Amino acid sequence: MTSSIASPASPRGTLDRAALREALIGSVTKLSPRTAARNPVMFTVAVGTVVSAAFTLRAAFTGLPFGYALAVTLILLLTVLFANFAEAVAEARGRGQAQSLRSTRAELSARRVRADGGEEVVAATALRRGDRVRVYAGEAIPADGDVVEGVASINEAAVTGESAPVLREAGTDRSGVIGGTWVLSDVIVVEVATDPGDSFLDRMIALVEGASRQKTPNEMALTVLLAALTIVFLAVVATLPGQAAFVGAHADTVLLIALLVCLIPTTIGGLLPAIGIAGMNRALKANIIAKSGKAVEVAGDIDVLLLDKTGTITHGDRRATLFIPVGDVRDADLRDAALLASLADPTPEGKSIVQLARERGSVIEEKSGEFVPFTAQTRMSGVNLVGGRQLRKGASDTMRSWASDHAMAVPADLSTVVERIARAGGTPLVVADERRVLGVVALSDVVKHGVRERFAQLRAMGVRTVMITGDNPLTAAAIAAEAGVDDFMAEARPEDKLRRIRDEQTGGRMVAMVGDGTNDAPALAQADIGLAMNSGTQAAREAGNMVDLDSDPTKLLAVVEIGKQLLITRGALTTFSLANDVAKYFAIIPAIFAGSLPALGALNVMHLHSPVSAVLSALVFNALIIPALIPLALRGVRVRPMSAEALLRRNLLIYGAGGVLLPFVAIKAIDLLLSPFVGG
Amino acid sequence: MSIFLAFGLAVLLAWPLGRYMAVVMQGRASRLDVVFGPVERLIYRALRVNPEQGMDWRAYALAFLGSNVALFVIACTVFLTQAWLPLNPDGIPNMSWHTALHTTMSFLTNTDQQHYSGQTQLSYFSQMTAIVTLQVLSPVMGLAALVAVLRGMLGGRNAATSREGEPRDLGNYWADMTRATLRVVLPMCLLLSLALTWQGVPATFSGAHQGTPLDASAGMAKQVIPVGPVSPMVAIKQLGTNGGGWYGPNSAVPLENPTPLSNFMEVVSIPLIPMACIFMAGAFVGRRRFTMLIFAVMGTLCVALTTLAVTSEQQPNAAARGLIADAPNMEGKEQRFGAVDSALWAAMTTQVNNGSVDAMHDSMNPGAGLSTMSAMLINMIWGGIGCGMLGFLIYMWITAFVCGLMTGRTPEVFGRKLETREIKLLSALLVLQPIALLGLTAFTLSVPSITGNSNPAFHGLSQVFYEYTSAYANNGSGFAGLASGTAWWDMSCFVVLALGRFPAVLIPLAVAGSLAAKRAAPAGNGTLRVETPTFGFAMLAVIVLFALLSFMPVLVLGPIGEWLSLSAHSIR
Repeated sequence: MTSSIASPASPRGTLDRAALREALIGSVTKLSPRTAARNPVMFTVAVGTVVSAAFTLRAAFTGLPFGYALAVTLILLLTVLFANFAEAVAEARGRGQAQSLRSTRAELSARRVRADGGEEVVAATALRRGDRVRVYAGEAIPADGDVVEGVASINEAAVTGESAPVLREAGTDRSGVIGGTWVLSDVIVVEVATDPGDSFLDRMIALVEGASRQKTPNEMALTVLLAALTIVFLAVVATLPGQAAFVGAHADTVLLIALLVCLIPTTIGGLLPAIGIAGMNRALKANIIAKSGKAVEVAGDIDVLLLDKTGTITHGDRRATLFIPVGDVRDADLRDAALLASLADPTPEGKSIVQLARERGSVIEEKSGEFVPFTAQTRMSGVNLVGGRQLRKGASDTMRSWASDHAMAVPADLSTVVERIARAGGTPLVVADERRVLGVVALSDVVKHGVRERFAQLRAMGVRTVMITGDNPLTAAAIAAEAGVDDFMAEARPEDKLRRIRDEQTGGRMVAMVGDGTNDAPALAQADIGLAMNSGTQAAREAGNMVDLDSDPTKLLAVVEIGKQLLITRGALTTFSLANDVAKYFAIIPAIFAGSLPALGALNVMHLHSPVSAVLSALVFNALIIPALIPLALRGVRVRPMSAEALLRRNLLIYGAGGVLLPFVAIKAIDLLLSPFVGG
Repeated sequence: MSIFLAFGLAVLLAWPLGRYMAVVMQGRASRLDVVFGPVERLIYRALRVNPEQGMDWRAYALAFLGSNVALFVIACTVFLTQAWLPLNPDGIPNMSWHTALHTTMSFLTNTDQQHYSGQTQLSYFSQMTAIVTLQVLSPVMGLAALVAVLRGMLGGRNAATSREGEPRDLGNYWADMTRATLRVVLPMCLLLSLALTWQGVPATFSGAHQGTPLDASAGMAKQVIPVGPVSPMVAIKQLGTNGGGWYGPNSAVPLENPTPLSNFMEVVSIPLIPMACIFMAGAFVGRRRFTMLIFAVMGTLCVALTTLAVTSEQQPNAAARGLIADAPNMEGKEQRFGAVDSALWAAMTTQVNNGSVDAMHDSMNPGAGLSTMSAMLINMIWGGIGCGMLGFLIYMWITAFVCGLMTGRTPEVFGRKLETREIKLLSALLVLQPIALLGLTAFTLSVPSITGNSNPAFHGLSQVFYEYTSAYANNGSGFAGLASGTAWWDMSCFVVLALGRFPAVLIPLAVAGSLAAKRAAPAGNGTLRVETPTFGFAMLAVIVLFALLSFMPVLVLGPIGEWLSLSAHSIR
């Protein structure tokens, strides 16, 4: 707690002057009863303030001393304002973040494609779902949608902050475009996917704004518990005068209100809305657009994560990693043959073979010949050199039939080599010429850097990872082992994904799924968390309940963390708030009865200066702790990947034990500061 | 010393008993079926119930309520007409309407708070039929409810065949009641009753004896010594966490508790079945560590509060200060038991929710008063049969909610999520206790004409608060010193008794029913397990915070204030 509470908000979180003013105004406008009634704890404080103010006025008009009551009233008012300020700050930040995204598309114009094929220029705000717009190089895309014609490179820096251009192409799984991004080359036709005001971004903005913000299920349950505690303490305080009168003591109403406000969980009550909004903000900051606050919260409950192998766990492009000659072929012969066969090959695999051969010292020059490209019919590629030499490379079974066509013997060790490579997760590419089989090039899918560590972190948090791949079981097992996933599904078809999700859910587990293709849409919809890549198709983005603007599948880890952080922050501050009550009792109870029951003075263990300063100190602490914890509420309690048991022990120690001790110290300190100004 | 022996023996006996109870309540076949099977079938036929018929939580709750209403009407009628009924050799008149209502509710709720003196206000018939029947059945009802809740926490008996959201079978109420009564409670009562009779507790139908005191200075020409079939009632009183004795002064009367051996047997039997419930729960859910968690939490609170009570009673009574140098507080105690054993009994009887007393709690030092009141406010340190464990589960759910949040997952217990509906139900229970206790205490204190306190100030407040706390906790022990047989006390306690019993049974049933229908998540590394020292510690903190924070002011104005003012005087 020490570091997290005391340190100021992170630099990205600091408010500019305008936002601060907005938040200050917000904290006053939120005093309106309708807004205040949404939060039972703070509403109670507000009512207490009004009652206390009435007593102050009565005392003032009847000529009685009223300074004490006035001080109590003012501190109570501050408590309410601080709580409102916390919510307003969170809203202002969220609005700021969302607006900066939204402003990029303000006042854009669009070339709408008319039914007859012609174009008309309209304002972006006039576009409706289903409209088609043509966007030329150098123009901004006016709305979210799908590329339906053409291919273009697009700069998404305005939305994602990533400056490298991305490729978007019609009819592929990378056809989605975001409004406000710029087309760098070519021309595309985009079908608009949302009506104005209904884009993901608009929905996200609504989520952070108080009025339309819906409480998430856990937040609702906690609100109920906090309301119950408020009622309990109301009963405690309301019945106190009757009991006190019996033992011959008088309890002052203003003091009773002070006691009530100190006892009810104002700290968590005041910060609860801010915590929820801040969670959405953090998601937004991570460039994730959640369609509901619930989705973010549920992410913390995830038990199983399904990931597509390609593009998520591996880079997706296979790279040559090894040349293995067969029979009596020499290393260099295989290497040079593979190089020649790939020189004109434009695929990443071909290029990686050339690169590997050069690294292995091949100095052979380019020879003229006729490139034989890969086709679905031949399923091999290669080169017919001038001079009649024919070099081919292809999958093992294809090359075996090539060998039998050319009546050559297949070396005995070929199948062993091929199988060994496959088992290791590689793809064997057999190289041959028209006379003999030369050897095998091992292509390996390279596991992304850092993925293994991320999965280990997820495992520590109790999330199991399942890799989904169309590869054969051997390859899949090897990559699974290398990436450190807990389980894998080989030769998976789209319907297998859906079935797997249903099976896991029947077993009681919460499932997250990352996907981008149209055929992923059912699985994304079925999963408890469907994280769609923004680069994916519109169908996928509609089916998921979150969209990742960066299209980075490992982002799910961040989402899980944000979800957990939300709950932990709420739980920790609830514990803290309740634990604080112990010290407040010791401050206020002896103070209330100081006059009539001096024996209770023994309970004044903090040796507070006087009853007046004791009550004021407890109240001041109660009020100040809210703004002091705003940074923590906005940033969230730090989540480390550790077991639930360890996490609980740590948080209990910091927020439970700390929550008991801190107010003793703080109230005593405030009392020392106040004592010169209040009478004995 | 003997009390530690007794406690240890109780734990040792509770272990096999708990396992036996698990077998009985799970309805597993056993060799005893030959004996009990035919009797049970006879009862099922008489009640016209099918013991195999599963009940969801609503049906179970309705059956529970229905049986309570029926028993209430029957018992109350007996008390109101006992003068005309047989077996009334001492010619005891009918009970007043309000005392009858209060007495019925008190025994129906396993409280046995007595606003009358049994030997002079109840006929043998009333004691033997109405009182004993309620004393047998009311603890069994608690046990049945606990078993149903445990089933619900595991998804109900039809968990394997049901889909998410479908109502779950929490068992058959009538079968649970019948099996628990016939196979657990009655055989044990028979054994203890025989043993007590052997030790000299009366078991007779003859009327009261008369004698002439040897010491004429006692100012009594003749002494009437009421007897009757006392020993069966004492057996069920102690075994069934009832506490309502045959005689007004309860177990302090030699006829209820004649010898050291009888005292030992009674002390062993007080916590026996509540402890057995803990072992049963562990066996029921198939987790031995769950039993350990419960024992650790309850044991810690037990040791803390018992130490407080004993330490306090070893101090001299403030009223006698200066008279007897450094003697322990013997005011209001039986010479036979002494200060330490009486304090231990007081701590035990309020924790176990038994409520039988062998010393006047009113005369104890404030520390012991604080200990006994705290035990009843927490009301789950061993607790009543079934109800103590239900109280434990309530605190466990609330702790799991707060702690679950702190581990970053939607809180869950045994894989089932605690959501708004469950928290709403539990919150209702949280709110009810302070409103009922504090509200009535404040009201009663403000209208002194109806209270009839024997003491002013701190101690007087303690008396009133203790009475309601004891009623709400369904404990039944009295602080004494109140004119408690009045219409006001009878009727206000009547309400508190009902509030302390029925919501505490029905709400856990509703929570269990709602949890049962949820999909259960298997435990993983990220799930919070309840059977850990960390969780046990968190639970202790929650219990102390929730139970005692709400009652801190009233305790300050009662026992704590008394304590502080006494020590302030002694310094002077």
